Amino acid sequence: MMGNEEADDLHESREEMESLVLDEPSNGRSSASGTVPDHHDPLLSSSSSSFIDRHNPNSSLNAFLDPPSYAEAIFTSFDSSSNGHETPQLSSNSNPRSSDYLYISISDPQKEQELSNSLVPGGTTFYTYLITTRTNLLEFGGPGSEFSVRRRFKDVVTLSDRLSESYRGFFIPLRPDKSVVESQVMAKQEFLEQRRASLEKYLRSLAAHPVIRRSEELRVFLEVKGKLPLAKSIDVASRVLDGAARLPRQLLGEEGMDVNAKGGRDLLRLFKELRQSVATDWGGVKPLVVEEDKEFLERKERLAEFEQQLSNMSLQAESLVKAQQDIGETMGELGLAFVKLTKFETEEILFESQNARAADMKNVATAAVKASRLYRELNAQTVKHLDKLHDYLGIFLAVGNAFSDRSSALLTVQTLSSEVATLHARIEKLEAASSKIFGGDRSRMRKIEELKESIRVTEEAKTCAEREYEQIKENNRSELERLDKERHDDFMSMLRGFVVNQAGYAEKMANVWEKLAEETSGYAKDGS
Amino acid sequence: MIATRSVSGSSQSPRSPSSQPYLSVSVTDPVKLGNGVQAYISYRVITKTNLPEYQGPEKIVIRRYSDFVWLHDRLFEKYKGIFIPPLPEKSAVEKFRFSAEFIEMRRQALDIFVNRIALHHELQQSEDLRTFLQADEETMERLRSQETGIFKKKPTDFMQIFKDVQSKVSDVVLGKEKPVEESNPEYEKLKHYIFELENHLAEAQKHAYRLVKRHRELGQSLSDFGKAVKLLGACEGNSLGKAFSELGTKSETLSVKLQKEAHQLLMNFEEPLKDYVRAVQSIKATIAERANAFRRQCELAETTKLKEINLNKLTLMRSDKVGEAEIEYQELKVESEEATRMFEMIVRLMNEEIVRFQEQKTLDMGIAFHEFAKGQARLANGIANAWRSLIPKLEACSSS
Repeated sequence: MMGNEEADDLHESREEMESLVLDEPSNGRSSASGTVPDHHDPLLSSSSSSFIDRHNPNSSLNAFLDPPSYAEAIFTSFDSSSNGHETPQLSSNSNPRSSDYLYISISDPQKEQELSNSLVPGGTTFYTYLITTRTNLLEFGGPGSEFSVRRRFKDVVTLSDRLSESYRGFFIPLRPDKSVVESQVMAKQEFLEQRRASLEKYLRSLAAHPVIRRSEELRVFLEVKGKLPLAKSIDVASRVLDGAARLPRQLLGEEGMDVNAKGGRDLLRLFKELRQSVATDWGGVKPLVVEEDKEFLERKERLAEFEQQLSNMSLQAESLVKAQQDIGETMGELGLAFVKLTKFETEEILFESQNARAADMKNVATAAVKASRLYRELNAQTVKHLDKLHDYLGIFLAVGNAFSDRSSALLTVQTLSSEVATLHARIEKLEAASSKIFGGDRSRMRKIEELKESIRVTEEAKTCAEREYEQIKENNRSELERLDKERHDDFMSMLRGFVVNQAGYAEKMANVWEKLAEETSGYAKDGS
Repeated sequence: MIATRSVSGSSQSPRSPSSQPYLSVSVTDPVKLGNGVQAYISYRVITKTNLPEYQGPEKIVIRRYSDFVWLHDRLFEKYKGIFIPPLPEKSAVEKFRFSAEFIEMRRQALDIFVNRIALHHELQQSEDLRTFLQADEETMERLRSQETGIFKKKPTDFMQIFKDVQSKVSDVVLGKEKPVEESNPEYEKLKHYIFELENHLAEAQKHAYRLVKRHRELGQSLSDFGKAVKLLGACEGNSLGKAFSELGTKSETLSVKLQKEAHQLLMNFEEPLKDYVRAVQSIKATIAERANAFRRQCELAETTKLKEINLNKLTLMRSDKVGEAEIEYQELKVESEEATRMFEMIVRLMNEEIVRFQEQKTLDMGIAFHEFAKGQARLANGIANAWRSLIPKLEACSSS
């Protein structure tokens, strides 16, 4: 957009602009927001919180709360509730029913060396981040505890994987991408900051989830110093099977759900066999999953429709933000051109009229520069509000996962049912065959007994799977309810925040232009 | 305002009593004529006057762009030293040439052009102006086609002259003096001012034009945003859906406002800036003319001197070529005096013109700035009111 030369010019004349228009007290905040986005466009940062934290990376208090914005301070009179668009952030960290809070902040990326494992002398390096938690939840130290740990990105991946396994059916926030390509391409500082911000957002969203925040996995991640004591998922075999045929891993993994310990190893063997049988059947047989719950299906379809429109709205929101940014920039450039003109007309006075023109141009320059700043502030606020849309797109991905959990649990139940039926059929066949032999058939009888035992175990597994399925269904249901409520609140507050913001800044801009109109009113034609 | 010694212009309706002389012109009703490549726009030029030199109180003629160019070029030839009001640019990108916006911009610029001539105390007396305002279309066409060749300066010639003048200006600025150039420090300052001014104005105009575009883009994205919001609202149902729907509608309304304001901005702010740039370019053309006149004056003075010396020599030698030489010398002397007079006239006129120009421009820009401010204030208030009216509706939605 602006060439380097012009950017320098802009920078150079920025002091001029500041000195020209200093009839309002330059608020530290607003001038900060004036200079920072020159080199770091708030739109480029992956989350809006990084834009705020940038100013005070070391102040832990600042890291927990968004600093009061110059803009918002003006508009408290319009908001009957306190800063409507700010509360979602805070309420997500504190339970409104009690005064529980769980504040997480991430800072201080540091380089560390990978030990012995690698063959290459010197080893590979990785970065760790300091994760500081403040909470009064009982699961943690108790009221007012504060503690820190160091974690690397791989640990976050582990946390995310374990949560996915343990909390099937829940809308679990998605973790940040591994983004290998970006880490090569971006400047180190920028990449670290982006990662830090996205990790922080992720952990905060986990802390905001009413069920996940109380999970053992999260607690361990946040509290236990040293190496992260969560096992990575080692179940390679079941990773091979994709889609709905995935069997519940916790029945095979080391950490268990509530499963009869007695049947554990048998189940293990059985499931391995089953998996193979399912795998071989896969070639010809279509998946058996049939969801009977009509209400659920309807809801799912409606959500899909909503997600699509949301995605579209998010796209349009992005282009709106870009358009706002562009107009602000061009207004600024116009102002700058008039600053230069003013300077030019005052440099050497050859004619009387130059004075009048210079004065007029200065007024125009001042108004344009002010308007340009207002556009920039407006946009920063707009981004914050409309960011909710992006958040919800992420939530919908989590919803998708939760629905997948449900499908795969149902498939398990149905697979086990059909296995039982198959086993029964085999027994019948054997019984029919052996009854034809006088005195019975010893080997067949034995086989029948084996099969009966298999049925028993399979029935037990099926019961287990049914329980699991019902639990997941219930999780889905309660989460959908929670989503509906939160969605309603979040979107209402987003819309309101957006509208108040737009109205407020439009008013401020009107004031700027009305002032200029008055300053130039001497030129008004008759009747204007 | 400029001293209207004789005639008042069309920007005010003739509220002066009929005893006061007036000449008022308007350029209206653009109509596309012809087909295909030869298609062009014709305008109605309506003249209202009580001046005796004109054929009556009102006259309507049809003119096209090249007729205006004819008038401009004739005036430029005849009235050296005067800043001839600038014309809008000749050609445009083909696609754009017949767009409503371009036609309107051009019409406005042509209207201003003719009226400035009508208001100028010297130019308004031009016979060419009278021809332009009154001649029938065939005569006009004949005159117009005669112009190609002798009187028309090709754009390349101008470019060369500009380059010469520019290099001379920079030479002087750099301290290198070249012969056959006025050594007038005041004038040098003026030239430097004019050249610099054009650059600054051009930049301001460029950003003003971009600003128009930005308004349109913002309008478009508000419209798209509004539609997307409404679609999302349709999914929701209940009070949230209603809120979305209201917001989407508002957004679309504001999109319309933005498009309107973009047009206003173009016609009332960007175009006056453009006009200012053109006016400065017109001054540069006059500067070139002055340089030509000066050169001519110098050359003729030189040549006359040489002829005089030669004549004296011949007289002393009692040559029989004396008579011839005498005649030649006299002729040259007349020419030289003529050239000097011309140059001095240009200098005098320029001095008057520049003062008039400065005052006029201060006024023109003042008006443009005022319109700009009013337009932006109107837009901002419109936006604020629209969004504000939505807030109670949103409150109602959230409480239900």
